[in-house]
Amino acid sequence: MSLLFAGRRQAAAHRAAVPSGRLRWLHRSLVGWGFAGPATALVVGLSIFPAAWALLISLQKWNGIAPAKPIGLLNYQLMLEDPDLFAAVRHTVVFTVLFVPASIFLGMLVAVALNRPIKLVGFYRTCIFIPFVASAAATGILASFVFNPQYGAANSVLRALGLPQQQFLESQSQALPVICLIALWGQVGFTVVVYLAALQDIPKDVVEAARMDGANRWQVFRHVTLPALGPVTVFTSIWQTITALQLFDLVFTTTRGGPLGATQTIVYYVYVQAFKLTKFGYGSAVAYGLFAATLLITVGMILYSRRSKIEAF
Amino acid sequence: MMRRLPFSPWHLLLMPLALLFALPLVQMVLTAFMPDGDINRFPPRFIPSRLQLDGFIGLFTESQALRWLLNTVVVAAIAVLSQLVLCSMAGYGFARLKFFGKNAGFLMILATIMIPAQLLMIPTYVMFTRLGLIDTLAAAFVPWLASAFGIFLMRQFFLSLPAELEDAARIDGCSTFGVFWRVVLPLARPALATLTVFTLLGSWNDLIWPLVAISDESLYTIQLGLANFQGTRHTQWSLLMAGNVVATMPLIIAFVLAQRQFVATMTFSGLKG
Repeated sequence: MSLLFAGRRQAAAHRAAVPSGRLRWLHRSLVGWGFAGPATALVVGLSIFPAAWALLISLQKWNGIAPAKPIGLLNYQLMLEDPDLFAAVRHTVVFTVLFVPASIFLGMLVAVALNRPIKLVGFYRTCIFIPFVASAAATGILASFVFNPQYGAANSVLRALGLPQQQFLESQSQALPVICLIALWGQVGFTVVVYLAALQDIPKDVVEAARMDGANRWQVFRHVTLPALGPVTVFTSIWQTITALQLFDLVFTTTRGGPLGATQTIVYYVYVQAFKLTKFGYGSAVAYGLFAATLLITVGMILYSRRSKIEAF
Repeated sequence: MMRRLPFSPWHLLLMPLALLFALPLVQMVLTAFMPDGDINRFPPRFIPSRLQLDGFIGLFTESQALRWLLNTVVVAAIAVLSQLVLCSMAGYGFARLKFFGKNAGFLMILATIMIPAQLLMIPTYVMFTRLGLIDTLAAAFVPWLASAFGIFLMRQFFLSLPAELEDAARIDGCSTFGVFWRVVLPLARPALATLTVFTLLGSWNDLIWPLVAISDESLYTIQLGLANFQGTRHTQWSLLMAGNVVATMPLIIAFVLAQRQFVATMTFSGLKG
């Protein structure tokens, strides 16, 4: 046994000592893939392979059990004539348009404030970050409590201010904006962290030089800070847009798409089509539609930022 | 440069915002300890008239919350451990080692970042059904074992480390794995802390995938359990809030502990774009 090992070790030592081209190359590749292989295999196996499979499924009529029936592009044609899908797209777009600019503006504002050397800054930061940690399920349950029309805190505040009571999540017109508020509460922590990190990267001497040249605080912000935050803003816009387009958890735990479908989003629609109605083919087609739209928006944003000379990526 | 002014106008913005962000969570905790009478009277109380544990007792006796919590701990622990090992190794490989197919492999990983989870749900569900993983705890953790984000994060971090240290260790006769394990990994603590926070947050809070993959109530994760529990007990707020406290507190504690390193790595890793 020991002889066998000794023999092996000798061979290895020999190989290492005489790095003849091909053997060395093979050895390096084995070591490299030894490091990178397991994670790569998992990531690729759980995303590229299923993504390709989803494309195949989207070309079929299939409930997951009976034999799949190839139907070409019929699922994609059906999407164009589906009023419920259009409503879901509309709700998702409304949510995105409300959520993305608000989360960026609020995140930047709070980060600039937290970057000042004032008292209690640690307390403020912790307060604003912590909702980011709470799950959408917990947030949703908490929100249904706070915005409960009968005994919720939100209506108590309105009552104290002498304002009319609201139905919030139970009103068809208010539910989506309220979900947007809740999402902001839960997600702004992320934008704040990212902006805070970027603010701390701005060289102090640049700011001081501008101050020396007689710029006031607003001018420093407008001409030094804001341009320096440009690349981060592109990143947060893309990130938050993707988050907004994928809204699901909050809807599931607050309204389950209601009242009367007023908060049905695209991902919620995919969930219902695929896993409630077992229309795997149609669900996959809608998911691919969402993917294509996300990709177009992301690429568009990157190209736009390149043209306006903001190097984000 | 500490300002000597005891009061800055920024407080006028930050104080109300901080309260607005913190108060719902305070109310969540208070409601969990509140008698139902306090909640259902009009106008409802914010401060409980007396503190009681009925919410928690009800939660643990009338639901399998303890079991759900345990399932979630198992899922999150496996996810975090696996990501720490696999993603740091892959990140190191892609950052420092030279091998055949390295660029193609890394490009493929970058490409997967663009693929949304919703697209993968249906085929993954079918795949897991065929593998017999649906309705097992493995269904909840297998998708979290490694992530493109984790590989990317670790690679960025390793690229920012000076290579001299590794060269020195190599000259001293360390193997590649030895260099990685003894020299590089101890330096990577901030990045590992961030990866831990992100993986913990993601796997602990995941709702849609467990919702799809698990239907056996004894295998629920805490998020799934809560979401379903809400459907049946939507008036018993002390129970629901107790559930919320149980599901949220571990993460809040972990986050507060790792907050410093978390922000530090965000600056390091070039995550900010």
